[in-house]
Amino acid sequence: MTTITRNKKSVAVNPLKQSPPLGAALAFLGLKGIVPLFHGSQGCTAFAKVLLVRHFREAIPLATTAMTEVTTILGGEENIEQALLTLVESAKPDLIGLLTTGLTETRGDDMDGILKSIRKRHPELDYLPIIFVSTPDYKGGLQDGFAAAVNSIVATDYGQSVETYRGQSLQQVTILAGSLLAPGDGSEIKEIVEAFGLKPLVIPDLSESVDGHLDDDYNSKTPGGTSKEQLQQLERSLFTIAIGESMRPAASTLKEKFGTNYQIIPRLTGLGAVDNFLWLLAQISNYKANNWQFKPQIPEKYLRQRRQLQDAILDTHFYLGGKKISLALEPDLLYQTSWLLKEMGAEIQAAVTTTKSPILKELPFENVTIGDLEDLEDLATGSDLIITNSQGKGLAKKLNIPLYRMGYPIYDRLGNGSRCLVGYKGSMQFLFDLGNIFIEIGH
Amino acid sequence: MKLTKGKIADLLNEPGCEHNHKKGEQGKNKACTQQAKPGAAQGGCAFDGASIALVPITDAAHLVHGPIACAGNSWGSRGSLSSGATTYKMGFTTDISENDIIFGGEKRLYKGISQVIKRYNPPAIFVYSTCVTALIGDDLDAVCEAATKKFETPIIPVNSPGFVGSKNLGNRLAGESLLDYVVGTAEPEYTTPYDINLIGEYNVAGEVWSVLPLFEKVGIRVLSKITGDATFEEIRYAHRAKLNVMICSKALINMGRKMEERYGIPYIEESFYGVEDMNRCLRNIAQKIGDEALQQRVETVIAEETAKLDIALAPYRARLKDKRMVLYTGGVKSWSVMSAAQDLGMKVVATSTKKSTEEDKAKIKKLLGKDGIALAKGNAKEILKVIAKTKADMLVAGGRNQYTALKARIPFLDINQERHTPYAGYDGLVEMAKEFDRALHSPIWQQVQQPAPWETVSS
Repeated sequence: MTTITRNKKSVAVNPLKQSPPLGAALAFLGLKGIVPLFHGSQGCTAFAKVLLVRHFREAIPLATTAMTEVTTILGGEENIEQALLTLVESAKPDLIGLLTTGLTETRGDDMDGILKSIRKRHPELDYLPIIFVSTPDYKGGLQDGFAAAVNSIVATDYGQSVETYRGQSLQQVTILAGSLLAPGDGSEIKEIVEAFGLKPLVIPDLSESVDGHLDDDYNSKTPGGTSKEQLQQLERSLFTIAIGESMRPAASTLKEKFGTNYQIIPRLTGLGAVDNFLWLLAQISNYKANNWQFKPQIPEKYLRQRRQLQDAILDTHFYLGGKKISLALEPDLLYQTSWLLKEMGAEIQAAVTTTKSPILKELPFENVTIGDLEDLEDLATGSDLIITNSQGKGLAKKLNIPLYRMGYPIYDRLGNGSRCLVGYKGSMQFLFDLGNIFIEIGH
Repeated sequence: MKLTKGKIADLLNEPGCEHNHKKGEQGKNKACTQQAKPGAAQGGCAFDGASIALVPITDAAHLVHGPIACAGNSWGSRGSLSSGATTYKMGFTTDISENDIIFGGEKRLYKGISQVIKRYNPPAIFVYSTCVTALIGDDLDAVCEAATKKFETPIIPVNSPGFVGSKNLGNRLAGESLLDYVVGTAEPEYTTPYDINLIGEYNVAGEVWSVLPLFEKVGIRVLSKITGDATFEEIRYAHRAKLNVMICSKALINMGRKMEERYGIPYIEESFYGVEDMNRCLRNIAQKIGDEALQQRVETVIAEETAKLDIALAPYRARLKDKRMVLYTGGVKSWSVMSAAQDLGMKVVATSTKKSTEEDKAKIKKLLGKDGIALAKGNAKEILKVIAKTKADMLVAGGRNQYTALKARIPFLDINQERHTPYAGYDGLVEMAKEFDRALHSPIWQQVQQPAPWETVSS
């Protein structure tokens, strides 16, 4: 069992962590026709926006209730109301994702009461679901905010579907896609699920909104993602697959609400982990298709990809075996990445993470620090490779250790909208990327 | 510096700012005091503005007293470059928790300061308040005062919680901190009659490095850079300069005006963009502080540089002639960049007058001619409409609008903070010409506009 150390500092130096509202906004961006609305001062939105724009190289629609000192003291109702009405007029959204910040949580706005009274005054907004999530900046990190938002997304009522419901099966599976997954990972997951004859309902689906594609029109709301109509179909899913431990609360909400059974897939890289995922899909697919006979089928193309990954493992183990690697990533991504490295025979020299999580106890090494990049700098000396976000560039340079970028934000690499590091294919990509770094520096 | 309502009102009504002193009650431009609009506002907060103005001080530590959002989402992302220290690039924050909010964050802040001093020993620490720590009533000034005494290092409070206002107000609040705690606290080794300060130049993309050699050549000494590529020490003795040169910015205008009041240093407002402006800047400085010899040297350098420039720009002028651009930026830049573009033979068909003073607007009008469009306000949609209407060839704007233009398949040039190419000075104009040329004549535009073969078949 991994020991969790918390640094005892009163100051975070070169923070690794981003704010929970940023995470919540990111999750909301995976829904179609949404505008995430920050209930806070305008800077809360501006900083989050700049970070996401630089990471994805996309225009990102985020809005603010623009709280001032005076409105904070008086309470935010008027600002929330005005922001909602303004957005409805300017962006014509299908959904609104409303999230709080440190400022409005400290003040203690009664959000339930506020929303109720706005609803009462504005029946014209009845068509518009407002997904609300409480995300104080001072509690947790990006992953926590993302997970809380996903939980709110599945907990919210979207009304009756207009489509006639004749009881036929959609062969639909809900995929809760944790913050460890990038848009490119989401595409790959959808492709895999579809190959089993199942219909993936991915929440949130970043692969349709921030995947880097060129639309015909300018968007003041998200151009794609999980739609309101899809969310209305949530209860018709056969099963929930939650990817990333942080998706557990949302999976359990779906179980309570609709009785949908679920399984947590804590990671989706490496031979064994991807095998388990495909095996699960085969069983779900078999359950409907074969009338209770047990004949799970794996699509041909994945049998091929599996052999390719095996070959990649053989080819890259010369370069990865025995390498000392230091990581600073959010809990779920840390778990996924460090297990694959461990399975390749690499050694985890040091690991830093942002926030607490039950998964931290199950990491494949002895000690993890909840801390910042200063902690990583102290622990990483002598490693062969550092894995963290672009903010690790300075320390990697200082320690003269190569840096492989993962997490948020990645400012100095292109293609963050399409990069895929999960599944057999993504695992291969990851191994090749790392192997190439070691070849380049001549190890 | 205690942050009071009176203080904020004073800064918003800063008499040095032409937004305020050139208009009667009647035509009062409300731009400065306007509140951000919920649901529509897009800009940064006062804390953002204060950081923009102070973080370029390279050897100081910048410690943000607040929850993770304020520093965690923003540290290390500024475009200011340094020729020396890199402490400014680090992110320091107290990253306060729920407990600190309940019991107060002052102790944590004090301990945090002590840890920064112990490990990094910077010549000074700027401590920024944020919405949450202001709301719970942490006494930043008291903690900083105690820490200054204890650690014998200037620990400077910057009272700029985001919710007091815009980026612009934050700039001025940062200026107040410099005035109250930094300027006038040390003496330079020596002074000359030709000492100036540059105020409001943040060395984005290394811009100051293309103008410093010009000053050196004519014999003007830049005593303090406030704050691009500055050391803490040089700002301390800024009060010994003979002239303050405010660059392209009303943002720190309060510093110019108050330094005139306190130390008798006159100030002028200049721009480094384009030949005309650069020439005028050198001439004005020489006229203010110089003798005839200096003025003569300035004329010689201008003659040399413009001659060199004509040769360097000739090929670009031919390729850029009559190209049409929409310019969307704030304040002084709306005309200073316009004059640079016209130096290159390009046509500005529309520009923004957002944040511009009456004087700026007059200049804009003159430069635009009668067909040009002055955009009083705008958002992405508005900008795209104007581009379509004017049949513009490209958009020149801040990084925030980059994807607006690219998604509309229109050439784009970034003119604001986050860019990587310096455009200041004579060399900068050549760079700008190169970038315009690259953007406009890239072979990609045809590809991204071209329909797929199956889209051309009519059914």
